[in-house]
Amino acid sequence: MRILGISGSLRRDSYNAGLVRTAARLAPGEVELWDGLKGIPAYDEDDERNPAPAVVELRSALAGADGVLFATPEYNSSVPGHLKNALDWASRPLATNPLRNKPVAVVGASTGVFGAVWAQAELRKVLAAIGARVLEDELAVGQAATRFDEQGLLADNELRERLAGVVESVIDAVDERVAVAA
Amino acid sequence: MTATMETIAPAGTWQLDPVHSTVAFEVDYLAGTFKGDFRDIAATLAVEGDTARLEGVAKVASVDVKDENLAAHLQSPDFFDAERHPELRFAAENVALDGDSVTIRGEITIKGVTKPAAIAGTVAPPMTDPYGKERIGLKVATTVDRTDFGVSWNAPLPSGDPALSNDVTIVGDLHFVKA
Repeated sequence: MRILGISGSLRRDSYNAGLVRTAARLAPGEVELWDGLKGIPAYDEDDERNPAPAVVELRSALAGADGVLFATPEYNSSVPGHLKNALDWASRPLATNPLRNKPVAVVGASTGVFGAVWAQAELRKVLAAIGARVLEDELAVGQAATRFDEQGLLADNELRERLAGVVESVIDAVDERVAVAA
Repeated sequence: MTATMETIAPAGTWQLDPVHSTVAFEVDYLAGTFKGDFRDIAATLAVEGDTARLEGVAKVASVDVKDENLAAHLQSPDFFDAERHPELRFAAENVALDGDSVTIRGEITIKGVTKPAAIAGTVAPPMTDPYGKERIGLKVATTVDRTDFGVSWNAPLPSGDPALSNDVTIVGDLHFVKA
């Protein structure tokens, strides 16, 4: 089982990267953080025949994953531009893109009280349009500045349990996909 | 069930001629009607005495629309979810004829959800084709609420109204050849 964890925040001490790293602690050996977003150039159809190495790496990482856990912050009530841009690259061509039918879950953290709920909703919409199997599980970590320990991991036990539940849902959906294919 | 007034066709097994048949869908979208069909279809009409059984299947992966990206979206979990539910199915044992009108009551399965459905239309009487094969034709249709089957995608218009209707008409132009 290999679940790719992608944080929509590039900041070194990102709370959303902290959510992914916490998920990796909760499901050892099954969740791994992929941090190549920053190197991905703006989407340009002219570059599709010869995409940048960072795009090739993203597609390869997605293709090699059984499922994906996205943790997104919220910029101006929506998905960070660089995360949407990376998904636009990953989605081409739509009929054979590596996210197609792949179980994905979306969580998010923000320093405000809402926990990036609008960005999460928009990210789910984008992922569904790409053809991913978007799970209904939700986790909105509001007031993030008070929710993480000094190592940057989620400290609140209830939130940790809910995050573990989200990861479990991805694992279950991957198992179901394997069973359908068998 | 019994075809109460007359049989739909002479006794025997009738197989769908998939090349000359169509299973299509029509749904109101924006200012018009959007149409598509399924290229990979199969059906059997079994007639024995005064009873008839109709079974049909359409492969979701064969959905045919005029844009490959739209076809990909229709096959995804957002719509038909071809990976988990690769087929649409219809099965009926209640075939009622009234002149050239036919009503077939059975069950339709879409995205793994099975619901009762009545398809209705007309029957062209048996004829013999140039190769000596007996043929009959059915033109039938039924309307379903796609959200009853978990096919719930939509997008709001600026007015707040949904872009895509929930009611979908499934149309069958079915040519059967006697085996």
